[in-house]
Amino acid sequence: MPQILVQDLAKTYRVAERDPGMFGAVRGLVRRRWRTVEALKDVSFSLERGELLGFIGPNGAGKSTTIKILSGILRPDGGRVEIEGLVPYADRIKHVARIGVVFGQRTQLWWDLPVIDGFDLLRDIYRVDPQRYRTTRDELVAMLRLEKLLDQPVRQLSLGQRMRAEIAAALLHEPSILFLDEPTIGLDAPSKLAVREFVKKLNQERGVTVLLTTHDMHDIEALAQRVIVIGHGRVLADSPFEALRANVLAERRLFVDFAGAAPVLDLPGVEVRNRDGRALELAFNPQITSAPALIAAITARHAVEDIHVEQPAIEEVIARFYDLHGANEA
Amino acid sequence: MDALRPYAAAFSSRFLLMMQYRAAALAGFFTQCWFGAVHVMVLAAFYLGAPDAAAASPITLSQAVTYTWLAQGLLAVMPWVGDPEIADGVRTGAISYDRLRPVDPYALWYVRAAGWMTARLVPRVALMILAAGIILPLIGQGQWAWQPPASLPAALLFALSETLAIALACSIIMLINIVVVATLNARGVNILMQPLVIVFTGNLLPLALYPDPVRIALFVQPFAGTLDIPNRIYFGNLTGQMAWAGIGLQVFWTVLFVVLGRFWLARVMARLEVQGG
Repeated sequence: MPQILVQDLAKTYRVAERDPGMFGAVRGLVRRRWRTVEALKDVSFSLERGELLGFIGPNGAGKSTTIKILSGILRPDGGRVEIEGLVPYADRIKHVARIGVVFGQRTQLWWDLPVIDGFDLLRDIYRVDPQRYRTTRDELVAMLRLEKLLDQPVRQLSLGQRMRAEIAAALLHEPSILFLDEPTIGLDAPSKLAVREFVKKLNQERGVTVLLTTHDMHDIEALAQRVIVIGHGRVLADSPFEALRANVLAERRLFVDFAGAAPVLDLPGVEVRNRDGRALELAFNPQITSAPALIAAITARHAVEDIHVEQPAIEEVIARFYDLHGANEA
Repeated sequence: MDALRPYAAAFSSRFLLMMQYRAAALAGFFTQCWFGAVHVMVLAAFYLGAPDAAAASPITLSQAVTYTWLAQGLLAVMPWVGDPEIADGVRTGAISYDRLRPVDPYALWYVRAAGWMTARLVPRVALMILAAGIILPLIGQGQWAWQPPASLPAALLFALSETLAIALACSIIMLINIVVVATLNARGVNILMQPLVIVFTGNLLPLALYPDPVRIALFVQPFAGTLDIPNRIYFGNLTGQMAWAGIGLQVFWTVLFVVLGRFWLARVMARLEVQGG
């Protein structure tokens, strides 16, 4: 029995619509028009204890909706969710005691309270045994380097400091599952690294199951053993990260500077991406044409000054993946 | 006791946090002194300008003056607006986090409202007792002062009735909170509450001074229990059976509003769950 089981999840929202302008506003008072938005159409997956799953997809794909359903905030319109034998939205109080949740764009700490007071309050809200709490808190404080921040009111923390405190706050009751919704959004590079390092450690050393959504592919690269790509409310891909990379990332780039004007090339499996005077940027699939063969073919016919091969940036690859699946926002 | 820990913690943290806002308490106190003084002068003009009518009045001038200072000192108990923390949470989406806590959502918000209210109450009432109850008599203005309770039994009954007033006001604040969550907007309902509260609690004019035909209706309506009933118990205008009737009404409205609020909150939350957070 997997720890998290999600089957045929569906969720629609009703959004009020009105025509633009004064007339539309007045008409909206009398008669409301509703539009149905299908946030999730058919999402199924399962997760074993101790897995670290990355959830990616364009804005509006349904990532946050999925997290909200799994954490018991939203009720799906169709499908089934079972987490450790509980249905989140039906057994909300029991379920939420076992999970930790961080929304990167929101704060669960009390703005005007010092961090430590917020932690103490959460201890009481989750009815954590005081002695056990001290141990857990001290460990989290050490791991996330929060010692110097504990006495400061939350509003005085930088975003990176606050996010570290938020993550600690979500773990004080020692949940077995951690949901992270865009935990690195807006963070600077060192803070991102600190968050990633901590999440990895938590997953590997404590065996906490982690489900995270992100737009930062480096989060995925650094953390996730397994990735689910979601678009238009459906699962587009569910595979180990390396497999996804091999599939979509198969493409390589060849940058060539010619001695004269860049020639017109017609080689099988090769696409001209960019042309600029004497320079060409070519995209090719190494499974069809190998890099040495391609370079040999070009240098045999043309005078070349410089040449190098690159892997495309991971962001670009994912963007193309979304394009291929028509997953981008309309 | 462990079952109550979350609620005790939510109450005390809100209480302690609100107690930090000393400047707000001081500003509120000065405003209330001003309004209290204006009320007292208007009442004095009525009572002294028409001695016959004043003699027939159910409460004396000195009682009406005490009523005024009580109304100003206890201003924080009246349910003027919903809990601003809930309104903020609706705007920022932070109420999603409340759904992630393993606690009863109604009880959590109720105790938070109670902490918010009592923290504003304590400094203001202390300053008002000092100003209107102690300083005024000391400077020879005793006739305009906040008088002590009518008797020891009146004081004890007042303590009970004021506690119930807080419980009742919190149950009304919860209904406002639920409207805020349901409509996703705090301004509308807050604006509607102002005239209701100022008239029907007795803050504008003690309810005993209204014409006879409406007095029964004013006595049994819920807002009387947040100010008028405890006040009249305080200076001995409601005694014996009438005092207990007033206290019974406070209990009745509180229980009704809590039951109603719990039911309604569950429905609103179910709808939020369906429509999206």
